[in-house]
Amino acid sequence: MAGSNWQRGKPQDTVDMAHRIRRHVVEMTSAGKSSHVGSCLSIADICAVLYGAVLNVDPENPTHPDRDRLILSKGHAGAAIYASLAERGFMPRQMLRQHYQNGSILSGHVSHKGVPGVELSTGSLGHGLGVGVGLAKAAKVRDASHRVFVLLSDGECDEGSNWEAILFAGHHRLDNLVAIIDYNKIQSLAPVKETLDLEPFADKWRAFGWATIEADGHDHDALTAAFAEADGIEHKPTVVICHTTKGNGVSFMENTVLWHYRTPQGEEFDNAICELTELAAK
Amino acid sequence: MRDAFIAELTKLAAADTDRVLITGDLGFGVLTKFWETYPDQFINAGVAEQNMTAIACGMALEGFKCYTYSIANFTTLRCLEHIRNDVCYHDADVTVVSVGGGFSYGQLGVSHFATEDIAILRAIPNMKVIAPTDPWEAAELTAQMAAVPGPKYLRLDKGKAGLPEKRDDVVFGKGRTIADGRDITLLATGAILSEALEASERLRETGYSVRVVALHTLKPVDEDIIVTAARETGGLVTVEEHTICGGLGSIVAEVCMKHGVMPGFLKFVGLDDVFPTVVGDQDYLRAAYGLNADAVVAAALKALGHEGRTPSKQVGGAP
Repeated sequence: MAGSNWQRGKPQDTVDMAHRIRRHVVEMTSAGKSSHVGSCLSIADICAVLYGAVLNVDPENPTHPDRDRLILSKGHAGAAIYASLAERGFMPRQMLRQHYQNGSILSGHVSHKGVPGVELSTGSLGHGLGVGVGLAKAAKVRDASHRVFVLLSDGECDEGSNWEAILFAGHHRLDNLVAIIDYNKIQSLAPVKETLDLEPFADKWRAFGWATIEADGHDHDALTAAFAEADGIEHKPTVVICHTTKGNGVSFMENTVLWHYRTPQGEEFDNAICELTELAAK
Repeated sequence: MRDAFIAELTKLAAADTDRVLITGDLGFGVLTKFWETYPDQFINAGVAEQNMTAIACGMALEGFKCYTYSIANFTTLRCLEHIRNDVCYHDADVTVVSVGGGFSYGQLGVSHFATEDIAILRAIPNMKVIAPTDPWEAAELTAQMAAVPGPKYLRLDKGKAGLPEKRDDVVFGKGRTIADGRDITLLATGAILSEALEASERLRETGYSVRVVALHTLKPVDEDIIVTAARETGGLVTVEEHTICGGLGSIVAEVCMKHGVMPGFLKFVGLDDVFPTVVGDQDYLRAAYGLNADAVVAAALKALGHEGRTPSKQVGGAP
């Protein structure tokens, strides 16, 4: 289906790729004095597996009609997508330094304008899945074989628009659509369970006609297997519920609401980089 | 207008299989033929306008030309952020179609009054705004808009201006001078042009020379026709079935100030910044809220300083 540059990443590279994504997002959110580092670290492994081993994408031809589409619906984790795209070769790594800076096109919430590889600009939660449903429906009408992935946060599932999209995708049996939930169980002010409990979460998706797969969102083998399994499911869309840890990889950022907002500066930045360096060396 | 739009869209769909109509579970009887004839180009998204708009965006990003369809505010305000962030920011080829502009569904209550849509939709970058004045004009504009890429808003009215069909006179983005005159210009958008036309007759009977300008396209608006009217005639009165906050009147004021032209007077006939408290048919509500021909005549005569003033000798225009 593809030109010479069309290739999946090698699965054995994804762990290293995730280390680099983590380092990028800590550096980016520090340089930009920006929020959401915890949200980015939460999906670093998911992004590495997707861009490194799952998505059929071609940095040399980012709008290839046969490419797989990935929408980051939790747009506040834009730094993680920019870092992933840079690692996958869609932009020079040094461009990441522009993130959040005056005059930059790399906005805090992911934007497609001028950024090859970004399918959809998001930032207001509850938009990505509906558009992803449109992409998947279009692929069905065109009898195209590519897949559509939409990465959502757990708190984002409070948005009613998602459930409109979930209902539609189940009804229309969009088996080329994969929703991925970053289920780190912490949302903006408090744990999900204390805000609007999503449980029984998988049951809800099943009730709407979806296949469900649950996986450790930091286990690359499990993630790779989950996306492979999703590929084989017919007549239903699939949700991969990834159990994750907000802030994963930096001990003092893990499982805390604080690092949804706080930017790593000074000693905290040094300590975060130090921890990530040790993690990568293991 | 609705039937004229659907008939034209059916022709477009026949010629281009990438044209897809997505309804929010409305259009009983009206969309049946389209649905049956082009089932692969018809989607009922259910009562889910946010998702309807998002799907339309997604399909448009893949090369389809999508039309979202529902009543009054359901295709617009209900899903406004999806129109802004998804459709307009991505410059997706989606035509948002609202059936029931203004007081078209006058008996159904405030939920079904589309009286802020023009102001809100025109504020969004990339969006084009069209409010036809007659069914045949709606059909012609539907055909012309098919060649205009990107987001579009089509406001369809239950009423009609009642002018004879002259498709050659209709150009997307251009106003139409219905009648020429020099004492005053009445500018109207949508089917309420009928009230402006009736008012123009009565003003002529009083002895005034009245220009009537119909503006079916509000964005991009025909700036020349507005500026020329401001320069050549004694003053302007705008007529719209819409709030006076941000609609046609505001557009005319903005255009005049942008070009440094001060009309002799500028009066807005439209819905005051209030929610209606009663229901009724379109004619009743126009009268009740000061939007009908009587209100236009009254506003015009007051602006013209009718008492003690000698109207100019009428030139041209009067049918």
